[in-house]
Amino acid sequence: MALGIILGAVALGFLPLLWLGMEQGLPRFDSYLPRVVSFTLQQAFLSTLLSVVIALPVARALARRQFHGREVLLKIFSVPLALPAIVAILGILGVYGSSGLFGGGFSIYGLTGILLAHVFFNMPLAARLMLTRLEAIPAENFRLAAQLGFNNAQVFRFIEWPQLSSAITGISSLIFLLCTASFAVVLVLGGGPQATTLEVAIYQSLRLDFDPARASILALAQLATCGLLVFVAGQFATEVQVFPRTLARTQRWDGRSRFSKIADGVVITLAVLIVTPPILSVVVSGIGNIRLDDLLLWAVMTSLLIGIASASISVALGWVLAGTAARQPRTLLRSAITLACLASLIMPPAVLATGWFVSLSPIIDISGYAIFLVITLNALMALPFVWSPLYPAISDSVQRHDRLCSSLGLRGFARLSLIDLPVLRKPLALAFLMAVIVSLGDLSAITLFGSDTLVTLPALIYRQMGHYRMNDAAGTALVLAVFCFALITLAQRWSQSHDQA
Amino acid sequence: MLKIISTLIASVIFASLAQAKETLTIYTYESFISEWGPGGKIKEAYEKTCDCTLKWVGLGDGVATLNRLKLEGANTKADIVLGLDTSLTAEAIGTGLFGKHGVDKALAKTPEAWTDEYFMPYDYAHFAVIYDTEKMAIPPKSLDELVNGDPTQKIVLEDPRSSTPGLGFLLWMKAVYGDKAAEQWKKLQPRILTITPGWSEAYGLFTKGEAPMVLSYTTSPAYHMVAENTSRYQAASFSEGHYLQIEVAGLIEASPEKALAQKFLGFMMTPEFQDIIPTNNWMLPAGATDTPLPDAFDKLVVPSKTLLFSPDEVFKNRRAWIDEWLNALSK
Repeated sequence: MALGIILGAVALGFLPLLWLGMEQGLPRFDSYLPRVVSFTLQQAFLSTLLSVVIALPVARALARRQFHGREVLLKIFSVPLALPAIVAILGILGVYGSSGLFGGGFSIYGLTGILLAHVFFNMPLAARLMLTRLEAIPAENFRLAAQLGFNNAQVFRFIEWPQLSSAITGISSLIFLLCTASFAVVLVLGGGPQATTLEVAIYQSLRLDFDPARASILALAQLATCGLLVFVAGQFATEVQVFPRTLARTQRWDGRSRFSKIADGVVITLAVLIVTPPILSVVVSGIGNIRLDDLLLWAVMTSLLIGIASASISVALGWVLAGTAARQPRTLLRSAITLACLASLIMPPAVLATGWFVSLSPIIDISGYAIFLVITLNALMALPFVWSPLYPAISDSVQRHDRLCSSLGLRGFARLSLIDLPVLRKPLALAFLMAVIVSLGDLSAITLFGSDTLVTLPALIYRQMGHYRMNDAAGTALVLAVFCFALITLAQRWSQSHDQA
Repeated sequence: MLKIISTLIASVIFASLAQAKETLTIYTYESFISEWGPGGKIKEAYEKTCDCTLKWVGLGDGVATLNRLKLEGANTKADIVLGLDTSLTAEAIGTGLFGKHGVDKALAKTPEAWTDEYFMPYDYAHFAVIYDTEKMAIPPKSLDELVNGDPTQKIVLEDPRSSTPGLGFLLWMKAVYGDKAAEQWKKLQPRILTITPGWSEAYGLFTKGEAPMVLSYTTSPAYHMVAENTSRYQAASFSEGHYLQIEVAGLIEASPEKALAQKFLGFMMTPEFQDIIPTNNWMLPAGATDTPLPDAFDKLVVPSKTLLFSPDEVFKNRRAWIDEWLNALSK
């Protein structure tokens, strides 16, 4: 059912466009397309590799160390996700750009800049997702490892890696798709049309050329390439490990040697150095420029409303789908569901929006329903972020509780309140939070359907920039970052207060 | 329950009564009607002159407006489309949706005499390279000097595939260099810091100090002089001339409000409309004004020569010229 909704929504976006295109005849293709595809894949592959390889030791270090500022660092890790691309780009340029703090020594424009920005966006995301998996490992395992005298490498090999490897394919697929779909980062930091991704080509054919045929073929190419890669990756994914749940608090006995302390210190410092300077740069340019007026207040409320609404839909869909996938014995179907959840990242929002417009405008007055379309599109776009924390957790819970529940005859609401909610509270909260954050930073849905009364924080930033008000825009960007930080803090408070209960 | 239904019915009737007043729906680009744009003031001014309601619908930019029209076709709810420029009008007329404006063309005060039957201009500005006087003592004096100048002094450009100024600069290069444009783009390449998807990103990078030059409009310094009281950012005057952007509006032939639409296009050329343009849209008025322009506008660069392709030429060649640009810069 939920799968049907997603596939329906994607098909509703894609098919009219293809049909519209077919009416105009097939488009021509030249050497341009292969070049674009190869650049797209190259930058996405490198960005993913870098993000995941750095995130792995970072997540490990964060899992076994308690230090001052750890909580704050984790919250900061969620901020890049909420920043609209242009804000993050200006932040990165404030640090590494030609007028930046460390700038001047090298040119950031080109592949370097693209990779730097993508690692800034995705490394913290990957680390955060990996950390939730590591924290799910029961304390007994570490106690046992300590009794057996496991060394560092053995702890990793026998305890941490089995747990991480089940999540790493999903995380890598997500990041790969995010980097494939990256638009503003690639254009601004890529330095020119030599850095053109498929997404840019699709946007061009849909916009300036108004060539739906070309756009739909390119979107199909993107769907095929990415879908195949994600599908193949899914075949290598290992099953989620099931641990008997205990109530002991996780205490780590490993990593007490001098060497590993230093190594973790270095890794955490590196992570801090990657993530915080651009955010600090956003803060510095924003301070003193915040214009507290009705417009800003209105934008904050609109963003919050859209964020919460789309996150609710997204989490509900993701929850149902993850449950279905986890109970699905055939890997093929399971991968198909995973793929459907990632579809919104493969299908450019501009394609979806145009298709929806074509299908819906004869039935309803689109401008009156703009807010619902924005919410739906944002919900779809947030689905992959919801999937990543939810699926491993739900799959874990299904394997652990399904038989027990059916033998006890626990079903429906009773099961939900007695089993699922308590067990899944943490991943659900994380999924919801991520979905809200993704919607907060999203600009595409609002520009595609937005009306003059519907102004979110990113839309306000763009409006201010479009009217020469760069300083006001910097102020609004700071409000967005602080707002996101506050939301994360609130969510964590809530989650902790329930932990103690 | 009955009460709820009757309230509902009453509100529907009330709403339809309110609708009975004629409504003029105008599609335009989003920044025209945002808080700092001219849209709100124009609505107020126009509604004083007629017993009607003006409804703005904001859609991305000029290209997005035209695409929305193409998607809607004959079912469009627009009575007027405002905010296309002369690079788009041939394509717009090609949709068959637009009707002749019937306004006196002599009312248009554009650098070249106005001849279009379908569209009337409401403002214009020449594209220009804006430079930061604190970082660049001697700006280029011609497009040639820009192309062949010191590659460590960079410029931020916009992408012609996604932005109007980007396309404008591409046409500027083409107007000056013709068949040799591709070679000149290659010569210019080392000077290009980056090419952004839109004007906002480019201008943001420029004011952040990433590069001493950016492609914008001759009118940009007026904003900094009027609103920020600084003459730090200035336009470089190029001896080959500057490419012109004229923003226009046209009416939908099949609109039930065609008479009202025609009246609006006439209103557009009067001082009530035109006085709002300079300090709200930061472009030059294309019709008669009552209040004199702020002093800052007297200090702007006035191009010695205006460069402009006809809408038909742009329409026929745009795709090929963009491909040529792509090939020149991609290798």
